[in-house]
Amino acid sequence: MLKAAQVEVNTGYREKYGFAKKDVSFFRSKKGLDESVVREISSHKNEPEWMRQFRLKSLKIFESKKQPMWGADLSTINYDDIYYYIKPTEKQSKTWEDLPIEIRDTYDKIGIPEAEKKLLAGVGAQYDSEVIYHSIKKEWEKKGVIFLDTDTALKKYPEFFAEYFAKAIPPADNKLAALNSAVWSGGSFIYVPPGVKVDIPLQAYFRINAANMGQFERTLIIVDEGAEVHYVEGCTAPVYTTDSLHAAVVEIFVRKGARCRYTTIQNWSNNVYNLVTKRAFVEEDGFMEWIDGNLGSKITMKYPSVYLKGRGARGEILSVAFAGAGQHQDAGGKAYHLAPDTSSQIISKSISKEGGRTSYRGMLKVIKGAERVKSNVRCDALILDEKSRSDTYPTMQIDEENVNIGHEASVSKIGEDQLFYLMSRGLSENDATSMIVNGFIEPIVKELPLEYALELNRLIQLEMIGAVG
Amino acid sequence: MLSIQSLHASTENLPAARLSDGQGKAGKEILHGVSLEIKPGEIHALMGPNGSGKSSLSLALAGHPRYQITSGKITLDGENITNLTPDKRAKAGLFLAMQYPVAVPGVSVGNFMRTAYKNLKDEKVKALEIQTRVKGELKNLKMDESFVSRSVNDGFSGGEKKKLETLQLTILEPKYAVLDETDSGLDVDALKTVAKGILKSKEVNPKLGILLITHYQRILRYIEPDFVHILVDGRIVKRGDKKLAEEIEEKGYELVAG
Repeated sequence: MLKAAQVEVNTGYREKYGFAKKDVSFFRSKKGLDESVVREISSHKNEPEWMRQFRLKSLKIFESKKQPMWGADLSTINYDDIYYYIKPTEKQSKTWEDLPIEIRDTYDKIGIPEAEKKLLAGVGAQYDSEVIYHSIKKEWEKKGVIFLDTDTALKKYPEFFAEYFAKAIPPADNKLAALNSAVWSGGSFIYVPPGVKVDIPLQAYFRINAANMGQFERTLIIVDEGAEVHYVEGCTAPVYTTDSLHAAVVEIFVRKGARCRYTTIQNWSNNVYNLVTKRAFVEEDGFMEWIDGNLGSKITMKYPSVYLKGRGARGEILSVAFAGAGQHQDAGGKAYHLAPDTSSQIISKSISKEGGRTSYRGMLKVIKGAERVKSNVRCDALILDEKSRSDTYPTMQIDEENVNIGHEASVSKIGEDQLFYLMSRGLSENDATSMIVNGFIEPIVKELPLEYALELNRLIQLEMIGAVG
Repeated sequence: MLSIQSLHASTENLPAARLSDGQGKAGKEILHGVSLEIKPGEIHALMGPNGSGKSSLSLALAGHPRYQITSGKITLDGENITNLTPDKRAKAGLFLAMQYPVAVPGVSVGNFMRTAYKNLKDEKVKALEIQTRVKGELKNLKMDESFVSRSVNDGFSGGEKKKLETLQLTILEPKYAVLDETDSGLDVDALKTVAKGILKSKEVNPKLGILLITHYQRILRYIEPDFVHILVDGRIVKRGDKKLAEEIEEKGYELVAG
C-alpha cells in the first residue's frame, strides 16, 4: 500500500463540508500520461483487448489535439502533473459493511446511508477512480434494469458496449473527451429495458479524494423504447493545494418514446478543473432532461447537449452555476434539432460574486427540413457585486424557416428595496441575500429531488456568508 | 413607547454615497424635525398631502438605506434604534407595512413567513405550524390558501400586496406598527377586510402601538385614531384627535393646515 499522500486541507472547507479524509489508495499510476500509463490502467482492469486498443487510439487523439481556446482559460492545466489512475480498494464491495471504515465515514458525512433508507433504487458511489460500493434494489433487477459501475458492466454486458460505447461522444469529439476515452475509470452504467419505468431516482455520489488526482468517470445510459429513468449524481470534494482535473464523459441514448432525466449537483473544491462532455441522443418522441448545478471548481466547462434525432423528440436543459472568488463557470447547453416537430428548452441561471465569473454558452441548431421546431432559450444572470462578471455567448444556426424560436436573457443585481424589505422582517443582510439568491434559482431547484434541493440551498447559504456587508 | 424626537432626514443622491463615509453628500432634506410619541396601545394617524414626507418618515423609521437621519433620535421602549440596521429595528419590535411591497421571485409566502417568524419571534417554530397560521390568516383576509406557496408579492394585485402586509402584521406581532398607506388602492370590500385584519392584531395584542399613515379619512371610520397629526412639507403642522381628520376631509389640507 502506498503511503498516504501529503495533502493540505483547507480548514474552512472542512467546517463547511465536513470532510477531508486520509488517502487510503493502494495503487496509483505514476504522474503524467503516456502509453505505458494507459496500458497499465487497462491491464489493472483486466479488460478486453478492443478496449485497450480504444484507449491507445484515444491517447493519440488526445496528444494530437490542441487545448481548446474558445472558452474558459485552460492554460494552467499541467497534464504531466496529474495522476491518471488511483485504485482505492482491491475489490468491489457488495454491502455497506464491507467498505473500509475511512470510506464509510466519508459517505456517512454526505448521507448515503440515509439515501438508502429512503428506499432509493440503488446507490453507486465512486471513491477516487473506482466504484467501490454498489447496490441495487431487487425489484429493479427483476425487471431487467442494469445499474452497475461501468467497469463491471463492460465485462458483464459487452454487447451494449459494442453498440453504444463512444457512439454519442467519440474520442475525436474534443480533447477532453479523448483524454477520458484513454484513461476512463468508473462511472455508472444503466440499462432500462423497453417499457420499464424506474420511478425512484437512481443515485450515485462521486468524490475526488487524492491530491492531484484526475477523475475520469465514464457514464453510459441506455433507456430503451418507452422506458423511463431518473439518474442523480452529486459531487462534493475536499480542498487540496494542487490542481485537480475532472474530465468525465456522459453518454445517454433515449430510444423511441423513452424518457430520461439526469440530475447533477457538483460542488468541486476551488482548485478543480471540471471539464465534462455530456450528450444525449434522443429518438422519436423521446424526452431528455438535463438538470445541472455547478458550484465550486476553479473552472467548469460544461454544456449538456441534446441531439433530437427522431420526429417529436424533446430536450430540456436546466442549469444553475455559482461562481465565487477565482472561479469561472462556463456553462450552458446545446440543442441540435435534426428532425421535424422536435422541441427544446434551455434555462440557465447564474450567480457571480466576489470577482467570480459566469458565462452562458449555448448552441441552438436547426437543420434544413426540421420543420415546426420549437425552441426556447432563457438565461438569467445575477451579479452580487461590482467585481463580478457575467457574459452570454449564444450561438444559433437556424437553417429552416418554419420554426418557432425564442431567446431571452437578463442580467440583474440584488435590489436595495428587496434587501430592505426582507431585512425589515428581521433577516440579516446575509440571510436576506441568500434568500433572494435561492429565490432566483428556485425554478431549477424545484426540479431537484428534495434532499438535493435542501443541500443546494444550504450550500448557497454557506457560499453567501461574507458575500455582502 | 415609540418616540421620534426632532427627526431630520435626507435622501441620498447616490445609493452608494454614505454620509458616514464622508464621501457622498446628503441629498435634499425631507424631514425637518419631526417629533411623535406613540405609547403602547395607542393609535396615531399621520395625514398629509402628497409629497409631504409621510412615506419618507416611515422608511426612515424602518432604516431604509436611501434615507439618512442627519439629526434627532428614535427610541423604542427606551432603546435607541436611530442607527440600527433594518433587521435590528424589526427585532426591537418595529414593523413597517410598506406602501409598495416588492416582489421576491422564487421565495414562497410560507417560506418567507417562516424565516421572518424565526428571526423575530421563535427560532424553533415548526414549518407546518406557520403554514397553518398563514393559511388561517389568508382565509380571514379573503385570499386563497394557495397564496402560501406563491412567490412573495410576485404578480400580486395592489390589494393582494396590502393584504399580505396585513397578514405579516398579524402573525409577526410587533410592538409598534407603522402602516404606510395600507388603505390606498383598495376597494370598499378590501378596505373593510384589511381594517378588520389590523383591528384583529390590536385585539390579540392590545398593547400594539400603531402609526397609521393615510391620505384619506375613510380607513379611520374603521380604525379610530386616538391622535391625528398633519404633516406638511416635512413638518408636523397640526395635532388633534379624530375630529381633525374629519375637518381635513371637509375642508382640505390647505385650509386646515395652511
